[in-house]
Amino acid sequence: MMRLSHFDFLAPATIEEAVGLLQSKGADARLMAGGTDLLMKIKLGAIKPGFIISLKKIGGLDQISFDPTTGLTIGATALLADVADHPDILKHYPTVAQAARGTANVQVRNMGTVIGNLCNASPASDNAPTLLAMEAVLHIAGPEGKRKLPLDQFFKGPGMTALKPSEIVTAVGVPVLPPNAGTAYISLSARGKLDCTAVGAAVMVTMSGDVCKDIRLFVASCGPTPLRAVKAEEIIRGKQISDDLLAQAGSQASQESRPITDLRASGEYRTKMISVLTERVITEASKKARG
Amino acid sequence: MKQVIKLSVNGDPYTVAVDPCQTLNEVLREELNLTGVKLGCGSGDCGACTVHVDGRAVSSCLTLAVEMDGKEILTAEGLAPSGETLHPIQEAFIDKGAIQCGFCTCGMEMSALNLLQKNPSPTETEIREAISGNLCRCTGYTKIVEAISAAGEKMREGDR
Ligand SMILES: Cc1cc2nc3c(=O)[nH]c(=O)nc-3n(C[C@H](O)[C@H](O)[C@H](O)COP(=O)(O)OP(=O)(O)OC[C@H]3O[C@@H](n4cnc5c(N)ncnc54)[C@H](O)[C@@H]3O)c2cc1C
Ligand code: FES
Ligand code: FES
Repeated sequence: MMRLSHFDFLAPATIEEAVGLLQSKGADARLMAGGTDLLMKIKLGAIKPGFIISLKKIGGLDQISFDPTTGLTIGATALLADVADHPDILKHYPTVAQAARGTANVQVRNMGTVIGNLCNASPASDNAPTLLAMEAVLHIAGPEGKRKLPLDQFFKGPGMTALKPSEIVTAVGVPVLPPNAGTAYISLSARGKLDCTAVGAAVMVTMSGDVCKDIRLFVASCGPTPLRAVKAEEIIRGKQISDDLLAQAGSQASQESRPITDLRASGEYRTKMISVLTERVITEASKKARG
Repeated sequence: MKQVIKLSVNGDPYTVAVDPCQTLNEVLREELNLTGVKLGCGSGDCGACTVHVDGRAVSSCLTLAVEMDGKEILTAEGLAPSGETLHPIQEAFIDKGAIQCGFCTCGMEMSALNLLQKNPSPTETEIREAISGNLCRCTGYTKIVEAISAAGEKMREGDR
């Protein structure tokens, strides 16, 4: 039952070596962090790579660090479980920890990574929406050296990213949140947390009293990539948050998204839930912002 | 090409030549005959294949054996190394009637150990969350939850 097709396994010790291997092996090679998405794709026969290049032996790549001026950095092989339990993340970015804890089950969180979740580029990714809302930036290494890319320019479609050939994401950085900022993420799925998200919403609001000075709102699993609900944001930005305004923003967010019907939920259900979740995340985040 | 790995399984050292595409599950079951490690779904969903790698519960069906060089593996067989005195978790599963067909049991016990090592007195919700990656088609979970709670108590008393 479901054996893996044959491949060679390479475990470089440095990023440079890994980039070199990606260049020499070309499209026949795949990067692997935890392998929870990659090995499943091979088992299902969706891909048949000749080489797997593991990132696990690269020193320092599993680091999670927080600096009060530059913010949070999560390395490419940092496990979902370690992100979920990290004291600095729990303190300064509780929604990032919550999203990691809401991903899959204990065993998968002990194997899989946040960066693998992002690079897999599933529209249902549990870690993308909050990181997008918080203006996360990817650190990328490739044949031409290092570059940084805002996460909101990374996703190009299901399984497709802005990575160029032979590039590797080495870390994701999250800036220090603005003063009076609040964040929230809510996702729904058929089997509690375990299933992939059927519909979700994440937001960061920056408040000044009852007035929302700024907002970044993303909906998950409702289009080919996590989507930013720009027009719904406009309804809220600069205004005093009220029930009426929340309802307007909710229905606008539904109109902006492009949910499909699939195994996890019908398009109609998703459309309805986007508006409910939008209202809920904004309410929750603005409460947190006001402390 | 096969690669030679050295690993510890239930405290015993092994040197095994593995194919890069072999999973840890295949090596434990087929090469080392540790058939307490089950293969259910093969896709990370059922938890029947759960083992500990360096003290953390993982799905052996989605773990490559080649990556286990230098690692310490614990399977349900390692819970009662003598084969005579059972581990408090195993005792509790028997006492509470938490085993029916038994297919999920070894994986459940490894998830229980993963929880109780970090949190010796978990709440019911914490127990249910900890085994949310383990499916049981027989018991309805209630007895399993009771067993894990009782095992926690036993382990606190025995301080093992
Ligand atoms: C039972 C089960 C339940 C799951 N539940 C959820 C869920 O609830 N929510 C959810 O969002 N996901 C879920 N997943 C999917 C998966 O576990 C996550 O996406 C996980 O975070 C992937 O991380 P990984 O390290 O295992 O990635 P891998 O499988 O190692 O990699 C994923 C992809 O990203 C590429 N990649 C990895 N690292 C890099 C890098 N540094 N640079 C460039 N490319 C890279 C790989 O080549 C591959 O294409 C589930 C999976 C399973 C098996
Ligand atoms: S067999 Fe590994 S999780 Fe089901
Ligand atoms: S006892 Fe039969 S599956 Fe759990």
